[in-house]
Amino acid sequence: MDYAIRAEGLVRRFGATTALAGVDLAVPTGTVFGLLGPNGAGKTTTVRVLATLLRADEGQATVAGFDVVRDAHRVRQLIGLTGQYASVDETLTGAENLLLIGRLLGLSRGDAKARARQLLADFHLTDAADRAAKTYSGGMRRRLDLAASLVGRPHVLFLDEPTTGLDPRSRNELWDIVRRLVSDGVTVLLTTQYLEEADQLASEIAVVDHGRVIAQGTPEELKAKTGGQVLTVRPADAADLATVVSIASEVAHATPEVAQTTVTVPVNGPGVLPAVVRRLDTADIQVAELALRGSSLDEVFLSLTGHRADADAPQGADLEGTRA
Amino acid sequence: MTAATLSAPLAPPRRLGPTAGVRHTLTLAWRSLVQIKHNPMELLDLSIQPVMFVLLFTYVFGGAIAGSPGEYLTFALPGIIVQNAFFATMTTGFGLNNDLTKGVFDRLRSLPIARWAPLAGRILADTVKQAWSVALLVGVGMILGFRLADGVLGLLGAFALLLAFSLAASWISVLVGVLVGEPEKVQIFGFMVIFPLTFTSNAFVPTETMPGWLQAWVEVNPVTILADALRGLLVGGPVAAPVVQSLLWAGVLAAIFAPLAVRGLKRRV
Repeated sequence: MDYAIRAEGLVRRFGATTALAGVDLAVPTGTVFGLLGPNGAGKTTTVRVLATLLRADEGQATVAGFDVVRDAHRVRQLIGLTGQYASVDETLTGAENLLLIGRLLGLSRGDAKARARQLLADFHLTDAADRAAKTYSGGMRRRLDLAASLVGRPHVLFLDEPTTGLDPRSRNELWDIVRRLVSDGVTVLLTTQYLEEADQLASEIAVVDHGRVIAQGTPEELKAKTGGQVLTVRPADAADLATVVSIASEVAHATPEVAQTTVTVPVNGPGVLPAVVRRLDTADIQVAELALRGSSLDEVFLSLTGHRADADAPQGADLEGTRA
Repeated sequence: MTAATLSAPLAPPRRLGPTAGVRHTLTLAWRSLVQIKHNPMELLDLSIQPVMFVLLFTYVFGGAIAGSPGEYLTFALPGIIVQNAFFATMTTGFGLNNDLTKGVFDRLRSLPIARWAPLAGRILADTVKQAWSVALLVGVGMILGFRLADGVLGLLGAFALLLAFSLAASWISVLVGVLVGEPEKVQIFGFMVIFPLTFTSNAFVPTETMPGWLQAWVEVNPVTILADALRGLLVGGPVAAPVVQSLLWAGVLAAIFAPLAVRGLKRRV
């Protein structure tokens, strides 16, 4: 198989903190690969190493066939980078930002202007072309960021949390753009905290936590990995919540999540639902809601990492314990 | 082993051409200068503040310090030019810090451009801004009656010396820009360090009027030395000694702060 990105054993420390604890990745050419994990999991550090901005302490990586350290200059000619940490100049206009990058990439003044015009049109920014980027809305800013990373027609595109903080409409627009790019043959490495985003765009996902890839596969494979099902119980009387939690935990052999009065827990095997019903009946608990459904990536994440994707990572989360 | 199985859709050049870095620097300097078009406040900063200083010092303090505004202008204009130059170097750190915190620096570093171009482009643009405010100060001074002793040659010499010194001193600014967390802190640093530094010199007031312990510092203060060098070049008086000492100071500042700044920058990004 043809890989646009390969990483083997990437380790990166910042003082006493280990941001990457041995990351391995293989991204097939022409696909969207999702790097999924909470804040501080090591997603951005991974992108910065692959985009030649940061050197790994150990391990090696190639992008488009070139080593990111030895052949960094070649890699830079083939990649585009967009994200929270790679931004346009807010004081310049949209057109000037794209012109600047075109000129830096060696285009003539005329070619750089033409390329800027074309990208501004593609990204519906023509009307705002001559306004300073700081006056743009969040969605326009991200589109300009993305346009800026496409000036050099990259083969590999890094999108570091491209839709964080965007409203749903802008997010959908950006997803459409990414899909269009991939149909043109661009390989995309996407980092995200949003499971839905990875589910929507990526053909393959690596779940990252504490600087390590803890699971990898297609979205379907990952969902199947947790047994595929989630049990939801909501007691009619909130006073029964503690009893429900302990029943759910004993039956599912996992730590349940409690959101208001709803208890959810990932479950394995067919006997769970009858067992829960029996136990609830014995304890004489009235139930307002009882459901068993296929798990979303949210639950996958929870069962893999022991914490929610949007929560800050707890120190020393016991992965094995929650997976059992 | 992996390389053979990977697709290599292109075989882009392995290294940059020899003139590419210069081209990148010029393009990035253009970027810093075109910012002025969108942020006219910056031009006001570069223009109104120095002019205001000349007017205020000349007409408010001139009579008290030198007997008449005209006499004082001859003494103080070189000092005001030096003070302005010190403040102007802070622009470099401010802009660099802005690029670092906003992520512009990372975007630039992800491009196939010379590694030193982003910093060089910024310093080049700031040198142009510096030249503009010096020209403005001399122009306004001449309207108010400042006379050049050595004509154009002295003026060009003063220009060259000032830019050389600023280039060296801007490494301090780069270091501050790399170390602090937000651009505003660069300005706070500038205010807290440059104000006392420029006032404890003979830029505005003759050294003899100060207490003895202060005179000892004033005489070695680089602001004094550079102001004396500019006085020599612009209005006459000793030239060789203060010019050589100014260049020595510039060399010392660059030798200390350039490596620290570059190390700090590498650590930060």
